[in-house]
Amino acid sequence: MAEEYRLEMIGVSKSFPGVKALDKINLKVRPGTVHALMGENGAGKSTLMKCLFGIYKMDEGNVLIDGKDVSIANPDEALGKGLAMVHQELQPVPARSIAENMYLGRYPLIKIGPLKIVDHKTMNQEAEKWLKDVKMSFNPRAKLGTLSIGQMQSVEIAKAVSQNARLVILDEPTSSLTDNEVEALFRIIRDLKSRGVSMIYISHKMAEIRQIADDITIMRDGTYVGSWEVKDISDDEIVKQMVGRELSNVYPPKEDYRTAETVLKVSHVSSIHARSFRDCSFELKKGEILGFGGLVGAQRTELMEAIFGMRHIASGEIEILGKKVTIKRPQDAINDSVGMITEDRRGTGIIGCLSIADNTAIASYRNYTKAGTINSKKVGQVVKESIAKLSIKTPNDRTLIQSLSGGNQQKVIIARWLANNPDILIMDEPTRGIDVGAKYEIYQIMIDLVKQGKSIIMISSEMPELIGMSNRIIVMCNGHITGELEDDEATQEKIMAFATKFDLNDKVTENFTQEVKS
Amino acid sequence: MTSKTVDAKDLPMQTKKVNVKDFLINNGIIVVLIMLAIFTAIKQPSFGSFDNLKNIALNVAPRFIIACGVSGCLITRGTDLSAGRMVGLSACIAGTLLQKPGYSGKFFPNLPDFGIWWVFVVLLICIAVCAIFGLINGMVVSFLQVPAFIGTLGMQLIVYGVCLVYTNATPIGGYRPAYTEVAKGRLFGVIPYLFLIALAIGLVIWFVYNKTPHGKYMYAIGGNEQAAEVSGVNTKKTKIIIFVTAAALYALGGFLVGAKSGGSSVNMGMGWELEAIAACTIGGVSVNGGIGKVSGVLIGVLVFEILKTCLQYLGVDTNFQYIAQGIVIVVAIALDIRKYIAKK
Repeated sequence: MAEEYRLEMIGVSKSFPGVKALDKINLKVRPGTVHALMGENGAGKSTLMKCLFGIYKMDEGNVLIDGKDVSIANPDEALGKGLAMVHQELQPVPARSIAENMYLGRYPLIKIGPLKIVDHKTMNQEAEKWLKDVKMSFNPRAKLGTLSIGQMQSVEIAKAVSQNARLVILDEPTSSLTDNEVEALFRIIRDLKSRGVSMIYISHKMAEIRQIADDITIMRDGTYVGSWEVKDISDDEIVKQMVGRELSNVYPPKEDYRTAETVLKVSHVSSIHARSFRDCSFELKKGEILGFGGLVGAQRTELMEAIFGMRHIASGEIEILGKKVTIKRPQDAINDSVGMITEDRRGTGIIGCLSIADNTAIASYRNYTKAGTINSKKVGQVVKESIAKLSIKTPNDRTLIQSLSGGNQQKVIIARWLANNPDILIMDEPTRGIDVGAKYEIYQIMIDLVKQGKSIIMISSEMPELIGMSNRIIVMCNGHITGELEDDEATQEKIMAFATKFDLNDKVTENFTQEVKS
Repeated sequence: MTSKTVDAKDLPMQTKKVNVKDFLINNGIIVVLIMLAIFTAIKQPSFGSFDNLKNIALNVAPRFIIACGVSGCLITRGTDLSAGRMVGLSACIAGTLLQKPGYSGKFFPNLPDFGIWWVFVVLLICIAVCAIFGLINGMVVSFLQVPAFIGTLGMQLIVYGVCLVYTNATPIGGYRPAYTEVAKGRLFGVIPYLFLIALAIGLVIWFVYNKTPHGKYMYAIGGNEQAAEVSGVNTKKTKIIIFVTAAALYALGGFLVGAKSGGSSVNMGMGWELEAIAACTIGGVSVNGGIGKVSGVLIGVLVFEILKTCLQYLGVDTNFQYIAQGIVIVVAIALDIRKYIAKK
């Protein structure tokens, strides 16, 4: 190829009222390479990509594709120029079929006289082919909404691949994928690379960058830090450049604050759905961080949401602090001193059009209400304290939550529960899509909470995080609890063995029998 | 996006221009209508007379109360299409129970004279009847999860039917002075009661929206209902309270309108829900939910009432007035949506 770069972004700047989001950013992607774009939450990675796709209009700067100056006014034009994007936060149409989602806006058509009709047969066949290409064997006629977030993302990747784009942007593609799916994704990425496709890979995961990326560009607080070849820069150096300081530990030192007191006892709880969680029993001790591991689809989220009253339980009992409780809705759980940070931050977490303060206080008003009137002063104080504890980057607490970066939004959700102060906090993927620095802060908060005698259940799909943070790990597979590991005996291999104990037909897999034997 | 703050002087020059554009997008319809009012006042000087302005203000009072009711439904991403018919029902109930003792066409000829307090009792009856319909609205929307648009559309027909059955479609008139006095009377002979009632309702609603958990929950539900629920908000109860409160306000509005016009019929209040929704939207209550202020509702009602009066003063044909009002409603909502898009 004659051109040196597939894509060049030179001196890109973008300001929002009161905030300079991007300041002269450079990004140069060579043909047939994977270019990692790294930076903490709020460093401006997503903003830069939105500028590239014309979602935001850049204030200054040039974009060159294959050495030619181009201007892109909207995502549609970007697609026409061979740019495709797999979004970090998916925007699918859940009520339509997988194939329709993949071919949205570019349905294959048959002409019948003057009429153009969607060619469902071709569309489904093509979709199936592309899905197979990414090792997914879904029925393309199935409704997209029946898939998990992880599976939807796979579909999204298959869609980008099917568009024959010459530059694919992958925005945290692995944040909700299991290790197997990640492997499959990497196979596709390598395959695409060999076909000359360039990729911009946005991720926080160092190991992945090492494995898959050729070049790396680092941003910090909206400024351009520099670009390197991955082989020329060490992990420590990357982290140092990203946060602007040295970060020695990924996890805070672990201490065991567990006591003998059982705060939560779940006995033989089953879902109303046959293929969801079944006969699950476990106990949570006061001062414990209890990790829940498993693959996507292991029904960990469903189990926790049921305990929190967001889903129905067909049978089984839940005891909190030795008292049997009936939880029919989240309100009941909160009254029993349980809090929950959900997996789907945008769907069930943030309230976009409200301020940081309102988002923080929403779960706590009832604690500060007298004669039907909110004690605004007290609420304001609690909000301030919670926000300060989490060092949320914001001009003030009247800022709308939707203008914050993902990581800061997550901190606000955590602040919401700090303000409510429950004894038991369920955290479902609390650090998904969050940068190294913010992750450490969240871990520190978790440790502080258990130190104060609170108890935490943490669902995580990242095994190092599970092992690094939990006092005890429970592993689920196909809706069953398949194993329990104490802190000192937990290894990735053991977790994986429990997580794959059953195949889709609920038969014990060979892999598991072998692992148990060894 | 980073939150790194930048001094105003470091920002590009265009910031100021953007603000003017933002202002026009946010308040465009109000600016246009103020210009229309000035134009009308120049063409027809009597438009600016004290009497006319007082008239407009008196018309605004009951409509503001009704719009306050609708605003709660809109903020929670719902709507209430039964508002106008409830106004009509309330006016008719009040009318039938508050006719002069000696009036020849009395609806209840044998109704005894209960004295002055009877007016208040009748008001409570009106509120109670409408509140029951509001409760049904709320339960249909909350428990059966019927979209508010459909649920309240059905209720609109039901309430109209109930009103037809109740009144047998006969117009009602000949009110007791004690009743009409509610609308025509003045405190110390200066401040109309209608003002005071509307002011009191506005203050109470402002307090509920801003100082109570119910108000906070309402905005949260409008912003993200599921997130609100996960945060422990009883979304069903909140929505039911909103619909019941709204219905009670329609009842009060209807009671006052009846008193003001000195008579009523089944057609009273027809289409008022659309007027109220339009007024709320002009005043910045977002149809996308989660946003809206009581002061905005007042401005919206005021602006819409001025529009109607301007059209009358300019001698626009009544039939064309409907067309103009319709255009204003669509433009107002289009501008509201535009605000939402611009924020992304």
